[in-house]
Amino acid sequence: MNSTITRRGALGAAAAALAAPAVRAQGAPSAVRIGYAISKTGPNAGGAAITTIPNYEMWVKEVNAAGGLRLGQARVPIQVTEYDDRSVSEDTVRAAERLVNQDRVDFVLPPWGTALNLAVAPILNRAGYPHLASTAVTDRAPELGRRWTNSFWMLGTGSGAGAGLVEVLAPLKQQGRIGDTVALVSVADGFGIELANGMRPAFQRAGFRLTYDRSYPVGTQDMAPILAEAARGNPEVFVACSYPPDTLAITEQARVSGFNPKVFYTGVGTAFPLYKQRFGAATEGVMGVGGVDASSQRFQDYLRRHVASAGREPDRWASAITFASLEMLQQAIERVGRIDRAAVIRELQTGSFDTVIGPVKLQNNLLTDLWQVGQWQGGEFYGLMPLNKQGAKPAILPKPAWPAA
Amino acid sequence: MEAAAATIVTGFVLGGMYALVAIGLTLQYGVARIMNLAYGEFVVAAAFAALWLFTSLGVSPLLGLVLVMPLAFLANWALYRVFLTPLVRRAPDAGALETDSILATFGLLFVVQGVMLAIFGGAYQSYSYLSVPVQVLGATITANRLVALAFAAVIGGGLWFLLAHTRMGTAVRAVAVNPAAAPLVGIDMARTAALAFAVGGAVVAAGGVLVSTFLTFNAAMGMVFTMKALVVVIMGGVGNLMGCLVAGLLLGLTETLVASFVDPGLTLAATYGLFLLVLILRPAGLFGVAAR
Repeated sequence: MNSTITRRGALGAAAAALAAPAVRAQGAPSAVRIGYAISKTGPNAGGAAITTIPNYEMWVKEVNAAGGLRLGQARVPIQVTEYDDRSVSEDTVRAAERLVNQDRVDFVLPPWGTALNLAVAPILNRAGYPHLASTAVTDRAPELGRRWTNSFWMLGTGSGAGAGLVEVLAPLKQQGRIGDTVALVSVADGFGIELANGMRPAFQRAGFRLTYDRSYPVGTQDMAPILAEAARGNPEVFVACSYPPDTLAITEQARVSGFNPKVFYTGVGTAFPLYKQRFGAATEGVMGVGGVDASSQRFQDYLRRHVASAGREPDRWASAITFASLEMLQQAIERVGRIDRAAVIRELQTGSFDTVIGPVKLQNNLLTDLWQVGQWQGGEFYGLMPLNKQGAKPAILPKPAWPAA
Repeated sequence: MEAAAATIVTGFVLGGMYALVAIGLTLQYGVARIMNLAYGEFVVAAAFAALWLFTSLGVSPLLGLVLVMPLAFLANWALYRVFLTPLVRRAPDAGALETDSILATFGLLFVVQGVMLAIFGGAYQSYSYLSVPVQVLGATITANRLVALAFAAVIGGGLWFLLAHTRMGTAVRAVAVNPAAAPLVGIDMARTAALAFAVGGAVVAAGGVLVSTFLTFNAAMGMVFTMKALVVVIMGGVGNLMGCLVAGLLLGLTETLVASFVDPGLTLAATYGLFLLVLILRPAGLFGVAAR
């Protein structure tokens, strides 16, 4: 019932305990101990299994294949301590405290999701560990980055992503390519609420009208009535601030009922490889949160390595950002050249890093240069916005008709 | 008018799915007296079996039913005989058995979930089967949901026939109604209970296979199904097949009507409001018999 200790984790912890005295004697440690608690079970497991776990495993594998992290002259392999947080914040907190106080790991990698990242943030702050929150989206990110200077918020804000969509659509409306009617449905939970809250004022400012605006509870299994009501006003733009199971159900219901507005946007899960696998050619023109620069060599290389390592593709939103956060951690540690967490935090705050998502330099502990809106075009989920970001594609509009199944 | 008809059809289809998922539990809980908390895990396990058969071997889920149901029957029979019979033997009364079975199946939940996580990982799964639109009274419904509704009707009707018109079925009902008196008229309790549990397991598996054609699922989602099934079973009256169908349909209709004409945000509130109302007015459930 308590956090499970994996065999590898137990071995790692045991080895670390044995190695600890030697570390102090020599200067260069025999291993860099990295610990994390991640949702292997519970409601978060679906997201963690797609976005976080494959990247953690691939990073450790790649670093150790190269001999380890470079500390000064030496290459020091990574040793992993891993727990299951069961998607429960109490367990996450307990595991983080254990990693810091009992396992005495050198660095802690963050859990999956906004809520659990918020739960561990104070602990990592008190203990002085860098906290690279790569799967947390919250409107409070700017404030949190100031309050906990060890924390780095890599996935932007819900309202930023919401406003981003309007930024894509507003010029299209001015050109007369789409009308001003919008139907909005949103899941009544953290990110869904923030995303919708970001959109409503932005839509209003840009002169759009909301013909339908309703939220539904998490875990709603039948989207047919909601979609029927949303489609009734024949809106030009349909937006769903949804979670993965709803994203699939909404797309499915829209497809079979032939509801094909000029703009069709769904939330979390649109960027998942599962979405492409499920809907194939029908994904063409669907917009969603996230996106990648698929023309970049770095991303293609990452994609190939991810498939080789995990046996499946990464998602097109937080996956590459998660891996980039690990590359940043690695580069910061190697620049500092020793296990000095305060110096690593300083380096993360001020340094520039070369990553799979391109060069990264954080602004006030936030990653601000990231894709807010993407669109499926020819089987790839391209970033559309920021409009002037390297690799940004123009939107396909109107969305083509759903192909027959 | 047409919109109302479409809404009612959609509600019936959703309700049929709820009933389908709950029929197995009413047999396991009502007759075998096993409060199976791992119930939803078995739904998800069957969904994974269907996914695997379909994506790796190209076996259609409907054909998969023919394979999965007997397997589930055997597995549940064995489970009852090996794992649960000792609990039944040592329990002094039905209340104690309920408590023991809750604890035991709570453990089982983690075992089944762990096995699925180890084999399939935690990621969301979904596949496309029979997802073609069908027009029914102005509502556009996917064929896979209609198929699930049809199977719910066939399985429910078939079970009702077996229970009402066969000797074995009468014995099962006798055990459900009065487990203390059933052995007095020569009913083999152990065998009847095992049979009910296994048939329940086979129906669960059918439910899992059918919902997998239109729901996105992952290895950690079992609890969702357990909760829904529990609400339906308790609302309908424990061990009562007809109650299960009526309660499932009622819930589906309520949710759809509320989502269409009031606010989708209130569907959960409506579900539990209805549940509460039934419990207050008829504590034993819609078709339940008041406690002895």
